[in-house]
Amino acid sequence: MVALFYLFAAISVISALIVVSARSPINSVIALVVCFLSIAGHYVLLNAQFLAMVHIIVYTGAIMVLFLFVIMLLNLNKATEPMKSLGTRIAAVLAGGLFFLTLVAAIRHGITVAPANEFDAGVGLVRSVGMSLFNEFLLPFEVSSVLFLSAMVGVVMLGKKEAVLAAATAPVEPLTAAELERRKA
Amino acid sequence: MITTAIFLLVLFVITLTVAAYSTYGERKVAAFLQDRIGPNRAGPFGILQPLADGGKMFMKEDFVPATANRKLFFLGPAIAMTTALLTGVVIPWGGELTLFGETFNLQGTDPEIGILYVFAMVSIGVYGIMLGGWASNNKFALLGAVRAAAQMVSYELGMGLSIVALVMLTGTLSLSGIVENQIAHGWGIIQQPLGFIIFLVCAFAETNRAPFDMPECETELVGGYHTEFSSMKLGFYLFAEYTNMFISSAVIATLYFGGYHVPGLDRLGLDPNLATIIGVAAMFAKTFFFIFFFMWVRWSTPRFRFDQLMNLGWKTLIPLGIFNIVLTGSWYYVKPLLFP
Repeated sequence: MVALFYLFAAISVISALIVVSARSPINSVIALVVCFLSIAGHYVLLNAQFLAMVHIIVYTGAIMVLFLFVIMLLNLNKATEPMKSLGTRIAAVLAGGLFFLTLVAAIRHGITVAPANEFDAGVGLVRSVGMSLFNEFLLPFEVSSVLFLSAMVGVVMLGKKEAVLAAATAPVEPLTAAELERRKA
Repeated sequence: MITTAIFLLVLFVITLTVAAYSTYGERKVAAFLQDRIGPNRAGPFGILQPLADGGKMFMKEDFVPATANRKLFFLGPAIAMTTALLTGVVIPWGGELTLFGETFNLQGTDPEIGILYVFAMVSIGVYGIMLGGWASNNKFALLGAVRAAAQMVSYELGMGLSIVALVMLTGTLSLSGIVENQIAHGWGIIQQPLGFIIFLVCAFAETNRAPFDMPECETELVGGYHTEFSSMKLGFYLFAEYTNMFISSAVIATLYFGGYHVPGLDRLGLDPNLATIIGVAAMFAKTFFFIFFFMWVRWSTPRFRFDQLMNLGWKTLIPLGIFNIVLTGSWYYVKPLLFP
């Protein structure tokens, strides 16, 4: 189990690094997919099978497919990473280094990490997730569903507007010879 | 542990064999429906045709286009085949078998979320087609890949909604739990007729089978996403399609046709082992019927247009699925009043 944890952790960290460092967007997306799959593996190790599967279905199976879809349609394959000027790069290194220094100073005295609750092996099972969603967290659950609904309506509105605009500005078909003859007469 | 490994190996071999012979079956069914003879040269009745086809695939030149993305071109068929083979693990192929004083369950593993696992594997399967199609660097392959992605993401919704109604009745996401519930309360097709129709239509779209085989529509896109593939890479894509067809037929049989259940078998008082074997045979008979159904539809209906496909998915199947959920929920409360 521990070996599996380290395996998944290594895959998650390495693939996450590839996501930010890869030049070509398509490699970033594939690395992100691998990262999500390894995180689903972590969920399975915690006995949260439901979360693992929903994670794969929603993030890997739907959202990342749409990412890939957009990259394919826009043909963003070329590594179009703009090179920043020298001054910007020096400033970025300085800012990052200072931030790192602050972080090191802050955690120098050590932060003790302790779980807030005792680990419960049944917490990620369908029944317990459902129970806590529909009892304890009912209001946030319903509010977020309203949020999704409004987002969906917004997308439909935007899509409709495009269609109406396109219809209004569509080029007019040239008249056929027969039609021209008829109009002359 | 070792018995599970043996079971999985047997399942793997059976899946590959069924997928290989589905290609033979498809050509025979096509021949029958078009009043032809079909393959009859390799062996008696052409029974060795799949082996000959497989050998041919291996012998052919493995061509990679110069402008293709080589890594992804290699990865595409591999993902398609792997995800297709992974799904069969959670399907209950039969009841319990007692051998040498030990009881074996004829199911690879029975996670609590079995049906979601099937969905997860299907949704990863899109990557095989998308990456392969995009990596070919060919406009027809790209169009096929984009169509496949749009189609599969859209029809997953309708499929999920039809499953929600079924899960509301059974109260479990485990596939063996769903089968046991059907044994107790009648088959899913009786409890969920509308849900079955939605699921069946979505299964056709998810497996890219006619009349929804737009991603490889040869009249518009040459070969669709696998235009540039040759040799065993092409073989993997074709094989993955037949494996998916086998698995989705098995899932349809499990969810809506009682899985390994044979009505009235328990009244005969047979030996439990014999009953289990008859159950496995029944499961395979149901699965093979649906494989035949897939072929039957392919050779008797014309292809949809892509916008018609999208309209069917978003404007017909999803509203129908939501209606089915409402209907099931109301029935859940009305039933005790009508039949106390």
